Amino acid sequence: MPSLIDRILEGREILQRRPWPRAVVGAHLWRFVANELAQGRLGLLGLWGEPATVHMAIMDEATAEIATVSLDCPDHTYASIGRHHPPALRLERTAQDLFGLSAEGLPDDRSWLDHKCWGVRFPLGDRIDALPKPAPYRFLAAEGDSLHQIAVGPVHAGIIEPGHFRFTASGETVVRLEQRLGYTHKGTEGLMSGASLERAVQLAGRVSGDSTVAYAYAFSRAAEAALELAVPDRAVWLRALLAELERLGNHLGDIGAICNDASFTLIHAHCSVLRENVLRAADRAFGHRLMRDVIVPGGVTCDLTDDGREAIRATLQNIRQRFPQLVELYDNTASLQDRTVDTGVLKPALARQYAAGGFVGRASGRAFDARRTLAYPPYDVLRFEVPVLNEGDVNARVWIRVRELEQSLSLIDQILDRLPEGPLRANAGQFGEPREGMAIVEGFRGDILVWLRLRDGLIERCHLRDPSWFQWPLLEAAIENNIVADFPLCNKSFNCSYSGQDI
Amino acid sequence: MRKLLFESLFRGPFTEPAPSLDDAAVAELATAVGDAGRRRLGRSLSIREVDAGSCNGCELEIHALNNAYYDVERFGLRFVASPRHADVLMVTGPVTKNMRDALARTYHATPDPKWVIAIGDCARDGGCFAGSYAVVGGVSEVIPVDLHISGCPPTPTAMLKGLLALLERADAVAVTS
Repeated sequence: MPSLIDRILEGREILQRRPWPRAVVGAHLWRFVANELAQGRLGLLGLWGEPATVHMAIMDEATAEIATVSLDCPDHTYASIGRHHPPALRLERTAQDLFGLSAEGLPDDRSWLDHKCWGVRFPLGDRIDALPKPAPYRFLAAEGDSLHQIAVGPVHAGIIEPGHFRFTASGETVVRLEQRLGYTHKGTEGLMSGASLERAVQLAGRVSGDSTVAYAYAFSRAAEAALELAVPDRAVWLRALLAELERLGNHLGDIGAICNDASFTLIHAHCSVLRENVLRAADRAFGHRLMRDVIVPGGVTCDLTDDGREAIRATLQNIRQRFPQLVELYDNTASLQDRTVDTGVLKPALARQYAAGGFVGRASGRAFDARRTLAYPPYDVLRFEVPVLNEGDVNARVWIRVRELEQSLSLIDQILDRLPEGPLRANAGQFGEPREGMAIVEGFRGDILVWLRLRDGLIERCHLRDPSWFQWPLLEAAIENNIVADFPLCNKSFNCSYSGQDI
Repeated sequence: MRKLLFESLFRGPFTEPAPSLDDAAVAELATAVGDAGRRRLGRSLSIREVDAGSCNGCELEIHALNNAYYDVERFGLRFVASPRHADVLMVTGPVTKNMRDALARTYHATPDPKWVIAIGDCARDGGCFAGSYAVVGGVSEVIPVDLHISGCPPTPTAMLKGLLALLERADAVAVTS
């Protein structure tokens, strides 16, 4: 029996297949896909615009087949997906802001990234002047006796990124949380257009600072797919080493920070030391604490020396020695468990509907991990488990991180043991005709999707989709009926990216 | 927990000696620190961090200043939750147009005397985001900046050097005034 994706693509001209097919569909098929998404038979991986086209990446979760469907919209309108499938809402609002593509029937047509400060509208489409007097942003209403609102941000109390949270509370209990993001919108996709590969990968590595490796990795894989460029073995393995070190450092930071937000600073202090050790080892091994600008299209820029290898080994040994004590402490401290267990519960059905990736999805029963499901090399030959829990609370998101961290330790060991010798980088050829590529890479936070089209060796259009797009809305749901004071804890357990979402 | 605490009693501290002052920072600060600084503040500065559009890389390294290796509080430097409690604003990022107002309002909410430190290459001139329709540019396009610390992101040590230079300078001003 043909799969759902096969049936959607049947009889269509496949424009590009690098590595997944993309086809132009008509309005009828577009609506059919919307319905399949709404029925839960497909998952939404992304939705993005071009000046007169809207693209949607979809996945059949049962078979892990992926495809992109594109709808031409010369009159700048298309049938809304978000109307049937809410995870598309913010993506459609963004396509409206950036390209002026209007989703017909979109239930929420407020601007999302456009805060009316740019001086122009539709900066990536047919630009027009901004409205002289834009209307103020309308927050959603909550009605009932004795409700009050708490407005937080964009400048927060901690050392974190800017965003606005509008709480409506009944006493201490949150009745509704509404997020307003977009404050760190830097127009990265606009800067990408016309950029060389060299500059574009640098920009990709600055979409979300904590995932600089994962973004450069995803971007490079997409560019290599477009150019049909084979990466040397040693570079393939070094990339996974970089990615696992990044995951290790971030998970250590997160576990500590979650405990800190429950006022348990001892674990935070110890995790910060372990995280610092990872960053110092990364610096010794690759010349940069966050391992920025090491992964580039075609390979990596920096080799692992014996000294770097030794630094990483010593750090792993140190973590193996000290981390289990911290896990035991976390598990056996009743006052801490009291804060994290049953707090901020995300129901598995919602995680599935939003195709939520990373620890957010895996703590709520969704087993997707791009390293396993898509098995890009070298993960196809490495041994690791993908931990999954169903509780969906803060505690589950802590445990997923703990288990993933342990898996990363094992993965780094395997990579160091089996690292092949050879060159670090292959050179890209030039192609006259436009070429497209797409890649999905598992960052510490979840799956990062990059789609791009190259023309004459330059980026014509590049879209970078952060996992946070499908996690932020779930935080709004998870916080409901929790107390306001538990918001920082819930927020940290999600640890969504502002800059990655704001792009 | 007792075991963990007990071990910490006998293990040497993680904390490392203070780095030397950053000469470039000392030079930039030569004219920046007002006379009232040291007398009013003592050898202690409260810092408010403001992300005006960064990629979050600088924030990660500012966080690291609080870990046991750098232990920024031993110098009397403390991160506070509100600009109203702050003497120093540490600002990161290319300032986005969507954050320009919030940054200016944060600056005006900070009581005098106050200093602004722009952290990272983007905060100097917009970095690799300069020229975007959504980006204003460096921090000094919006509020006056007293000290720039370069890097993408700057290392915690680089930031510590700059902060210590600010403290030293505040000291020197107090002695001469």
